[in-house]
Amino acid sequence: MTELKTTLLVIGGGPGGYVCAARAARLGVDTMLVEKDRLGGTCLNVGCIPSKALIHAADLFATAQRQAATGTCGISVAAPSLDFAATRQWMAEVTGTLRSGVTGMMEQRGVKTLQGLARFVDGKTVEVRGDTGVTTVRAEHVVIATGARPTDLPGLPTGGKVLDSTGALALSEVPKRLAVIGAGYIGLELGTAFAKLGAEVTLIEAASTLLPQYDRRLTRPVLKRLGALGITLMTDTRVTGWDEDTGTLSLDGADGSDTRAFDNVLVTVGRTANTDGLGLDELQLRMDGPFIRVDEECRTSMRGVYAIGDVTPGPMLAHRATAQAEVVADIVAGHPAAYDKTCIPAVCFTDPEVVSVGLLPDEATEPVETSDFSFRANGRALTLDDIEGFVRIVARQSDHVVLGVQATGPGVSELAAGFALAIEAGLRAEDVAATVHPHPSLSEAFQESALGLASFANHG
Amino acid sequence: MAERTFKLPDIGEGIAEAELADWLVKVGDVVQEDDLICEVTTDKATVEIPASASGRVIWLGGAPGETMAIGGDLIRIDVEGDVGDTPDTAAEPAKAAPPAPKPDPAPEPAAPAPSAAPRRAPRPAAAQNPLGATGATGRPLAAPSVRGRARAAGIDLRRVRGTGPAGRILHEDLEDFIAHGTPPMPGNGPGPRLATSEHPVTGVRRAISERMAEAKRHIPHFSIIEEVDVEALEELRTRLNARFGDTRGKLTLLPFVIRALSEAVLDHPEVNAHFDDEAGVVTRHEALHAGIATQTDQGLMVPVIRHAEAASLWDNATELRRLSDAARTRRAAPKELTGSTLTITSLGPLGAVATTPIINRPEVAIVGINKMSVRPVWNGTEFLPRRMMNLSCSFDHRVVDGWVAAEFVAKLKSLLEVPAMLFMEWRDD
Repeated sequence: MTELKTTLLVIGGGPGGYVCAARAARLGVDTMLVEKDRLGGTCLNVGCIPSKALIHAADLFATAQRQAATGTCGISVAAPSLDFAATRQWMAEVTGTLRSGVTGMMEQRGVKTLQGLARFVDGKTVEVRGDTGVTTVRAEHVVIATGARPTDLPGLPTGGKVLDSTGALALSEVPKRLAVIGAGYIGLELGTAFAKLGAEVTLIEAASTLLPQYDRRLTRPVLKRLGALGITLMTDTRVTGWDEDTGTLSLDGADGSDTRAFDNVLVTVGRTANTDGLGLDELQLRMDGPFIRVDEECRTSMRGVYAIGDVTPGPMLAHRATAQAEVVADIVAGHPAAYDKTCIPAVCFTDPEVVSVGLLPDEATEPVETSDFSFRANGRALTLDDIEGFVRIVARQSDHVVLGVQATGPGVSELAAGFALAIEAGLRAEDVAATVHPHPSLSEAFQESALGLASFANHG
Repeated sequence: MAERTFKLPDIGEGIAEAELADWLVKVGDVVQEDDLICEVTTDKATVEIPASASGRVIWLGGAPGETMAIGGDLIRIDVEGDVGDTPDTAAEPAKAAPPAPKPDPAPEPAAPAPSAAPRRAPRPAAAQNPLGATGATGRPLAAPSVRGRARAAGIDLRRVRGTGPAGRILHEDLEDFIAHGTPPMPGNGPGPRLATSEHPVTGVRRAISERMAEAKRHIPHFSIIEEVDVEALEELRTRLNARFGDTRGKLTLLPFVIRALSEAVLDHPEVNAHFDDEAGVVTRHEALHAGIATQTDQGLMVPVIRHAEAASLWDNATELRRLSDAARTRRAAPKELTGSTLTITSLGPLGAVATTPIINRPEVAIVGINKMSVRPVWNGTEFLPRRMMNLSCSFDHRVVDGWVAAEFVAKLKSLLEVPAMLFMEWRDD
């Protein structure tokens, strides 16, 4: 058994863990990182990145098919073909490039990485079980950045035809009939992508609507597009049984019970924090439901133990983990820092994309005004042949401080940073309205929406 | 055009380096020979360096605060041409081109240039949302950079009044808060003061800091505090001033103390000495070169009255005035600031009851003069009001024993209490 000593030990090599380790090392802290699988975590290997690659490929294929069928903007192509193995290969190259970038960064910054499963012995000691044996690491500071994993649905164990998001991204061919259970953003993103790649997709959602956290106005364009893509949406529907042999799902919905046959079932009903198997029981950390309770400095209830990312309460998003990681690295290096973000942008890479930053209209505790601007009146959207959607600003009634921005439509994921900037900086709608936005661009919809609050939109 | 580089001259103290205190010229200036170009500070004094040639300054060898080696490149002057040139070209390198007249006939008052804009004055509290514009999370409304600065400065932003749009806290607000704190509001009570300011320890201050630390590190100090009845001395001083004040100048108490010292060291040469602790040699001086601790704007300086033992009361008084003025106006020559054998420190009317002065190394003793005050003195039958003054003297215990020090102080006391003794040239047996 090897014994190692370090100042900072980070458990988990995802966008929280690796950023924390790299930043701390750069600040001069002796740092080690434990990863049980591959550096980059869920995001890079089986989450954000490969799914966005798949979505991009699916969009290209869908566009090509439209061009073959009816032509777009005067362009027609012959019948396009899909070599899904090549698509998968390309996805692997994308993730591989990023992973080697992370690996190289760890080496360059002098972070020692250990492969294996970490388990707390006590608050300062972690045992790492890897292929080469057990290593004991003693560290002054330990960061839990172990992330989350797809939640299983009782009665639908992953394996065989039942897939979680990781399994869906690893499919070697596009399933003919795909059931997606859970119409949250992951189910919608993957379901839409597979539908564009040729699968016959059925979305099954227990709630009465898709993306239930958002208002219907915001999700309506997605709903419309699902229909256009031939995706069947079954809301208010529960899964009551599964026969693996015949591939039959028993469903219980508003219209009564039903059974349907599928080649694959993708379960996307949420994600579960990876707080088990870490020996956390030994530490008696204060929990917040299934999550580890942390304070503004991401400290847990045990001195010297921090937690960041999906194991902490809050949206399970890579960029939140990264933001927390920066805070912890700074604190461990002796600099004052606190996680005091006003907003975490959330992006659904659905079709069209849906973005929400800050407060939704009904989340505000004070009187608010909202203003929206449709992409139908946006020149750039017209030139992109994609006019569905809008930008909406939620501002406090008394002073027009921007509390939230939502958008759906073409490329709104790239507008989200501007929304977040306005909110984080505490801008008023008047500030956004008075900031010149380039023409022609989709971003003008943001300014126009702000103008709607400040005075009136120029094209509204 | 001929460039000449001038080096930092040896300013005559056998020193190897000096700190550049300030430039009196800038690049582009035209200087005449002997114009002062910069001030440099050694651990003794500030010295002004004159230009060695006339010409235009084209390069400065360092920034204020930098330590420069004696003989290092100080300034480069273009000594040919240009001198007495037309003013516009002569001044050009130093000045930015004058702004072109603005053709903009906008009737509104000209918008202030961003960099030159005066700092936003804090608005009256009443005009604002009373402390607390909040963002979407209920936290104070401020940009992330403002929050980060506040965190680093230990400031709770909830206490800072924002003057930006919608009460947003701006960097200026934070700066105002750091500079002034929260404007007190009725009934608020005192608030914590959070500002700090940094003052680089340079020049004379650094020299003081190093020398004081050296003295305390090397010398085991002990202090003796003795009470002196100066009733008779004061009477003599008043009479002398009344008789000679107009013609010879007023006498303070210090010349009398100097006189007493020059007598006392005859009996106690151990005290008027330098101790070279590396060589292990004590050099006793027959001469009394009296160091006079003097407070100046830059900090403590010690000009030296040389051969104080050989001068009259009035000569010493005159020299004392001249030297302390020179020190205060930074005109003291380096040699006027070195070579003391025994130092006197007096805070005058601020002189306190007792002090524990630090010895001016390599000297082995220092004489502190405390404030004179009228105190009741028991004469055996009754209390009498007497003008009393304490002496607080410190000694280097490595080379001066307590007994010797006590005798020395006792001698001083007897000399000062019976001032006629000051002029008797008597010796202890």
